Amino acid sequence: MKLTKLAAAAVAASIAATPVLADLVFPSLDYRTGPYAANGIPFADGYADYFTLVNARDGGIGGVAAKVIACETGYNTEKGVECYESTKGEGALVYQPLSTGITYQLIPKATADGIPVHSMGYGRTSAANGKVFSNIFNYPANYWNGASHAVNHAIADSGGDISGKTIALVYHNSAYGKEPIRTLEELSKKHGFKLSLLAVDHPGQEQKSQWLQIRREKPDYVFMWGWGVMNQVAIQEAANIRYPMDKFVGIWWSGSENDVLPAGDGANGYKALAMHNVGSDFPVFDDIKKYVVDAGNAAGAGDQVGTVLYNRGMYAAMLAVEAAKTAQEIHGTADITPAMMRDGMEALVIDEAKMTALGMPNFGPTFSVSCENHGGPGLGAISQWDASAKKWSLISGFEPSDNEIINALIAEDSAAFAAENNIAEGCK
Amino acid sequence: MSADFYYAIEVILNGLMAGVMYSLVALGFVLIFKASGIFNYAQGVMALFAALTLVGFQNGEIPFSHLINAVFGTDIHHFGWHMPAFFAILCSLAVMILFAFLVEKYILKHLVNQEPIILFMATIGLAYFMEGFGDLMWGADIKKLDVGIPQGGNIWLEENTAFLGGDDFYGFYIDNLDIWATIFAAILVISLVIFSQYTKTGRALRAVADDHQAALSVGISLRSIWVIVWAIAGFVALVAGIMWGSKSGVQFSLSLIALKALPVLMLGGFTSIPGAIIGGLIIGVGEKLFEFLIGAPFLGGATENWFAYMLALLFLVFRPQGLFGEKIIERV
Repeated sequence: MKLTKLAAAAVAASIAATPVLADLVFPSLDYRTGPYAANGIPFADGYADYFTLVNARDGGIGGVAAKVIACETGYNTEKGVECYESTKGEGALVYQPLSTGITYQLIPKATADGIPVHSMGYGRTSAANGKVFSNIFNYPANYWNGASHAVNHAIADSGGDISGKTIALVYHNSAYGKEPIRTLEELSKKHGFKLSLLAVDHPGQEQKSQWLQIRREKPDYVFMWGWGVMNQVAIQEAANIRYPMDKFVGIWWSGSENDVLPAGDGANGYKALAMHNVGSDFPVFDDIKKYVVDAGNAAGAGDQVGTVLYNRGMYAAMLAVEAAKTAQEIHGTADITPAMMRDGMEALVIDEAKMTALGMPNFGPTFSVSCENHGGPGLGAISQWDASAKKWSLISGFEPSDNEIINALIAEDSAAFAAENNIAEGCK
Repeated sequence: MSADFYYAIEVILNGLMAGVMYSLVALGFVLIFKASGIFNYAQGVMALFAALTLVGFQNGEIPFSHLINAVFGTDIHHFGWHMPAFFAILCSLAVMILFAFLVEKYILKHLVNQEPIILFMATIGLAYFMEGFGDLMWGADIKKLDVGIPQGGNIWLEENTAFLGGDDFYGFYIDNLDIWATIFAAILVISLVIFSQYTKTGRALRAVADDHQAALSVGISLRSIWVIVWAIAGFVALVAGIMWGSKSGVQFSLSLIALKALPVLMLGGFTSIPGAIIGGLIIGVGEKLFEFLIGAPFLGGATENWFAYMLALLFLVFRPQGLFGEKIIERV
């Protein structure tokens, strides 16, 4: 009897002595209001729902619950910085700014604070050089990879030779929209195509001049770096002038259901780059339905599950969770810090076996991250819109970009940043 | 004539059409400013709200369904019917008239005799309230708007003008939607002119516009006039919302169309209905032609917004009241 009491007391004492693990905090810089809410809502839903799933199905990450702290930015850079400042003290492990403007503001702040930033498919492209941008990650692909994917697709579509042809770039007249220009200029020299640049002023509701020019010049391909209403108007205008939609390719931020549905049948055949798979035909969605939506714990109304931007949010959350698991393995503790999270992100490996185990077979490209390369190999796919079925489909695998050109540009731009900011290149 | 000459004409034609679209937005501003001296910051949001309401009626969406579902755990979204466009427009118009009553009752009535800047600030508040209210009522997703207006290039015009400029000319391109917008704008302006010139209420509107105090002294109810003018501005917002929403889908960026109306107002004057039309046409043609001749070939493009505001600024310098605005002379 005494022995039992002693044992019970010992167990109680050991439980009491075990430190209570704090939740692993993942801030979500949402924009559920404002002009871009239609795009912000599905991403935020997907991001939050995946963490809810991990908590409900797996008991958290390494046994520690994940906690999402939502902060509304309205896609406004100042508010985004406020969100960062107000949440970083909560033990934030990684920020997904969801805006190129906010990312640029957070690069010096987060680096100084030792918190990693994951700008997935946006932000500063040269942040792929981890020797300069120690805390910034932009895997699995960046804008320059995207420009190269689009050109590669045009080359393949032209039978392997695009020399003498014309590609028009319709772009948002902002730092974001101008990102692919340098890469496209280099690629035009290499492949011998003519590049025509057509800027569209924010917000892009009136694009008659640009599409009249396209109608006059009849470029062989039109690429688009658009956002928000600019996408819908461009796709409608392209349909109006009867531009062949299968020659019209948008960046992944111009390739959601929101962008094509307003144009109805006119958008049929439109293509967009993809850094992850589309649709809801993956086992993980059964789990999301069972553990999240049916349990009444969905972040939104549950009506966005399987849309392109929901999938992107979910994919970003999956990459964060896998990086956290990697960090836990590296440091031998479940209670990781932002610095450990950074190490986990830098050692992240996403392979097919891992994605299949997560119920996401072929959901994204396989890649690994290193100190030298925070952007991964830059694989990307092409998706195409079927207006009658109202769904996107991948029409290619995840294929490489022209890293010979892109790596040189990354090295040049990151070296300039390092010189401006007195950063000594190197690995931590 | 070379193909470039005909393309320049095409640009002018499309500029005129774009100008009509800008004028549709500017008209709402003019109506309210003329009758009450208020620069209605909420005019763009009114167009958005009207279009959201129209799509909501058409698709049989249950207003506030997201809120109801969140509070009561229900799963309701639609009534299950699809309303014909004509009836949906009438219902939306009724909502905009109700909106005018509510604005007068809860905002304007309490701000009589306040400084114009106070009234302007009130409309800023109204704009943000309506944006959130519209989001709550109909959801933030992008909605397709289809009231049966044809879209796409007018093929008849293209085919019958293609011979003009040789092999490099593909015929004049004009969007059918823009043609219909021009027809609606013409009907709207003629109706407004007839209403203001030949009806008792219209004359009362003009009297209030000329002199509030004098109008009040002869028994014209300022409050009724405000309700009427906000209801008419609501109707104009509905027409603008239909036209712009058909191009881009109905989404919250629709409220930003107000930005396209500002240079039109600066150029045409804040108090003139014909000024809104002429101003819109000048801005539309000017910005498109500048982009075609100078902006795209020499300046990297995207000069339209810049040119529109530059042109408006020039007018402000040399004719502050705009082309058709009333010159206000304050005597000390």
